[in-house]
Amino acid sequence: MSQDQKIGPSPEQLLYANILNKGMLAGLIILLITFALYVFGIVSPYVPLDKLSNYWGLGVNDYLHELNIPTGWAWLGMLGYSDFLNFIGIAFLAGVSIICYIAIIPTLLKNDDKIFAVIAILEVIVLTAAASGIFGSGGH
Amino acid sequence: MNRKSKLMAGLLGLAFLTLCAGTAWASGGGTEAAAATGMPQDGSPWWYWPIILLVATFIMGIVAVLGGVGGGVLFVPIISGFFPFHLDFVRGAGLLVALAGALAAGPGLLRSGLASLRLAIPVALIASSCAIVGAMVGLALPTNIVQIALGATILGICVLMLTAKKSTFPDVPESDKLGSILKIYGVYREESTGETINWKVHRTPLGLLLFVVIGVMAGMFGLGAGWANVPVLNLLMGAPLKISVATSKFLLSITDTSAAWIYMNQGAVIPMMVVPSLVGIMLGSFVGVRILKVVKPTFIRWMVIGILAFAGLKALSKGLGF
Repeated sequence: MSQDQKIGPSPEQLLYANILNKGMLAGLIILLITFALYVFGIVSPYVPLDKLSNYWGLGVNDYLHELNIPTGWAWLGMLGYSDFLNFIGIAFLAGVSIICYIAIIPTLLKNDDKIFAVIAILEVIVLTAAASGIFGSGGH
Repeated sequence: MNRKSKLMAGLLGLAFLTLCAGTAWASGGGTEAAAATGMPQDGSPWWYWPIILLVATFIMGIVAVLGGVGGGVLFVPIISGFFPFHLDFVRGAGLLVALAGALAAGPGLLRSGLASLRLAIPVALIASSCAIVGAMVGLALPTNIVQIALGATILGICVLMLTAKKSTFPDVPESDKLGSILKIYGVYREESTGETINWKVHRTPLGLLLFVVIGVMAGMFGLGAGWANVPVLNLLMGAPLKISVATSKFLLSITDTSAAWIYMNQGAVIPMMVVPSLVGIMLGSFVGVRILKVVKPTFIRWMVIGILAFAGLKALSKGLGF
C-alpha cells in the first residue's frame, strides 16, 4: 500500500472547500435578505404572519391541506409571496454540495482516481434524485 | 472547576431550563387541538415564538460547542418537546440547522486537512442514500410512533455519551482490503505535538454497514448524526479522533442534504422556524467557541446529557400519550 506522504489537503479537497465556502456564504446572504423581506412585510406572504401560528402545530399533510400549499418544486411558481422567497436560499444551501461534487469529478478522472470518480457520480445522482422530488410529495 | 466557570455554567443551565419550562407552559397541552380548529393558540403576537426560538437556539449553539455535541442532536428533542411546532416541521428545521452548521464548518476543516474527503466520500454515499429512506419512512409513520422512537433514540444517545470512550490515535496495524482499494488513508500534522501522523482505517465493510443505520436515523429523526459518526469512524474504523470529528462534521453537509430535500419536497419546512433557528445556532456556536476557554467542558457535557435525558423522556411521554 502506498500512502500520500504529502501533508495537507489534495487539490480536489481544496476545490471542494472553496466552492462549499462560496456557496454557503451566498446561500446565507440570500436567505437573510429574503427573510428580511418576509418579516418586515416588504413583500406580502402567502400565509399572513399573524395566522401562521394557527397552523404550525398541525402535521405536514393537514398543514398543506388547510393552506392549499403545493409540494415539490411548485414553490417556484409562488415566488411572488415572501414566505416562498425564502426557499431560494434554503434550496441554495441544500444544493451547494451537489455543485461541489460535480466540480471535483473532472479532477478525480484526470488523476485516474476512477473509483472515487464513480462514487462521486453516484452521489450526484443520489442528491439530485432527492432534490428532484421523485421520492414523493405530501406527508402522512 | 473555578468559581467563574461554575457561575457561567450554572447561568447557562438556568437560562436554558427556564426557557424550556416557560415554553412548555406557554405552548400548553391543547396546542395541537386548537391548531386543528384553526383558532388562535395563545394570543401571542406572531413574532413571539420565532424570537423565543432564536434565543433558545442561541443558547443551544453555545451549549453544543461547550458540550462537544452537534446542534442537531439538541435541536429536535428540545424544540419538539417544549415548543408548539409539530414534529414534522421540527425535523425539517433540525436537518437544515445541522446542514447549515456543517456547511459553515466544512470549508475550514477541509482546508486544514482535518476533514478527509477520501474518508467522507464513500461513507457519505451510503449515509445520504439511507437518509432518504429514513426521511420518507419518518414522514410516513404516525407521529406518536416517531415520538416514541425519537425518545428511545435520545436516551440511547445519552447512554452512548456516558459510556463511549475516545481514542486519540487508534492502533491500526494495517489497512483492510476495502480501505486499501478505496485508498482511505492520509497524513496530517498534529499541532499539539508537532508530530506528523500517518493514518489508515480498518473494519471498513462493517463501518460502511453501520452508516446505513446512521443514515436512516438521521433522516427519520432530523438529527445531525455526529453522535454516531464519530464513534464509528474513531473507535470502529480507527481514524484518529481529530480526523473523525472533523470528517463527521463535514459529512453532515452531505447526509443532511439528501434528507433535507425530502422534507422540503414534502412541504415539511417552515421558513419562520428555519431561519431564526439557523441564525441562533450559528451565533451561539460563534460565542461558544469564544467562551470555551473559560468554562470547563466536562461540566457542560454532564449538563447536556441531563438536558437530553429530560428531552428524551418528554418525547417518550408525548408519544405514549402521557
